[in-house]
Amino acid sequence: MIDLQNISKVYKTKNGELKAVDQVNLSIKQGEIFGIIGYSGAGKSTMIRLLNGLEKPTVGSVIINGNDISKASGKKLRDARQKISMIFQHFNLLWSRTVEDNIAFPLEIAGVPKEQRAKRVEELIELVGLAGRGKAYPSQLSGGQKQRVGIARALANNPEVLLGDEATSALDPETTDSILELLLDINKKIGLTIVLITHEMHVIRKICDRVAVMEAGKVVEQGEVLQVFQNPQAPITKNFMAQISGETQEIQASLEQILANYPSGKIVKLGFVGQTTEQPVISQIIKQFDIVVNIVHGKISNTTSGPLGTLFVHIEGSNDQINAALEVLAQHKVQTEVIGHD
Amino acid sequence: MIEQLFPNVDWAKMLDATYETIYMTVIATAVTFVLGLIIGIVLFLTSDNQLWANKIVHFLTGSVVNIFRSIPFIVLIILLIPFTKFLLGTIRGANAALPALIIGAAPFYARMVLIALREIDKGVIEAARSMGAKTSTIVWKVLIPESLPALISGLTVTAVALVGYTAMAGIIGAGGLGTSAFLDGFQRNRQDVTFVATVLILIIVFIIQYIGDVITTKVDKR
Repeated sequence: MIDLQNISKVYKTKNGELKAVDQVNLSIKQGEIFGIIGYSGAGKSTMIRLLNGLEKPTVGSVIINGNDISKASGKKLRDARQKISMIFQHFNLLWSRTVEDNIAFPLEIAGVPKEQRAKRVEELIELVGLAGRGKAYPSQLSGGQKQRVGIARALANNPEVLLGDEATSALDPETTDSILELLLDINKKIGLTIVLITHEMHVIRKICDRVAVMEAGKVVEQGEVLQVFQNPQAPITKNFMAQISGETQEIQASLEQILANYPSGKIVKLGFVGQTTEQPVISQIIKQFDIVVNIVHGKISNTTSGPLGTLFVHIEGSNDQINAALEVLAQHKVQTEVIGHD
Repeated sequence: MIEQLFPNVDWAKMLDATYETIYMTVIATAVTFVLGLIIGIVLFLTSDNQLWANKIVHFLTGSVVNIFRSIPFIVLIILLIPFTKFLLGTIRGANAALPALIIGAAPFYARMVLIALREIDKGVIEAARSMGAKTSTIVWKVLIPESLPALISGLTVTAVALVGYTAMAGIIGAGGLGTSAFLDGFQRNRQDVTFVATVLILIIVFIIQYIGDVITTKVDKR
């Protein structure tokens, strides 16, 4: 559906050349929600703008549904853009237009007749849950409502792809969740392909099927969300994982404390994916082996493809017994990583 | 009583003069609005990182605007005498003042249009582009509506300046309240005439400002 082939984007600045995107290859499938995560300056804003031709790559091509967006211009590009819509961090609504007229704007651009516009606008207002607010101006809406207008506007011309440019970054956590649920719902209902860029792992976890991690213009890691979460490779991905596994410095400190207080035994990080989160494995190893287990920290997060848990435990007992216990855990497909006294 | 206070005022003539001033101001403001808007939009679109980014066109347009904005209005009228004569066949009367009024005010308004357009959120223009809007659509449906309050308050300032310009044009025979105040009042040493003409000019300015403020508030939905 979307193919980025060997894309590079170089900006000429006063201080020399800046590589915003550096030899990126990505392929996004029809109907999936694809997340691109990275810190600010990683090149993700440029990346997403390459997808609708707001930026042109210096090298490489951007193919969407067989159309080479990077080579298109004029009317061809404008027509293509009507099928690749975008939502924004700061919503970018026209303050001079009501909710209805904002949603009708892309329809006016596409030359849809007036009666059909009114009908379509009504459907969209219903779809995004803003019934009754059609005559309001953006200044009278909350942030979450503004983004709902943004989404309705983006869906007006029945696009093939929806691009989200940090679409929830200006919203509070609850509103973020409601907007993400709306996007997921739309993805399920009409099979719309969605590409999101974000710096919040939460967004990736909550709705994305696949993820690419960007750092300094390069994609350093990509794959199925659960797979990347379960087994992050790049250091930056591990940093992002800390956002959701709750592996903060505080926990690091308490782990060190325990290591200092209990010179014997092992501290083990356990990773549970999917069904393993639902099995009583800890009580099983306590019963089966002569060990004492002390739970230090634990957390479960839900992703679209299943739950993901992390548990830090301190295991006391003879080395043989502990190793045998870890063996049993591994048989149950629980990931184990000894992080102290091994 | 009015006769005693203003013995020299010919009220019928004063009414005609008021009408001429309003006529010159309204026509000049209308044409200035269109011309200034066009020049302002060209300046905006040709500036860096905009849709028609073009250093040469931007520089040339900007230079013309700056030159006409720098010439003192009274000098501009004199410089434009041959042009006016060629255009209208005369240099006297309200119509003869219009070319100078418009050429003096349009560059001034164009600058204000540019300032107003620069205040528009860049994201909104980007959003319109991402929807596949043509430049003309962006101008009509984004740039003008999104900067309308600033465009109108700028036009109000320009209209008030134009009232002042008509008075100056009056000195060289354009008619209107400027002629009344200067030729009929000052040069014949009839201070009451100058006074009444001044009060009428003030009233016109206040009315323009009031209308401008009301419209600006009404169109601003932010």
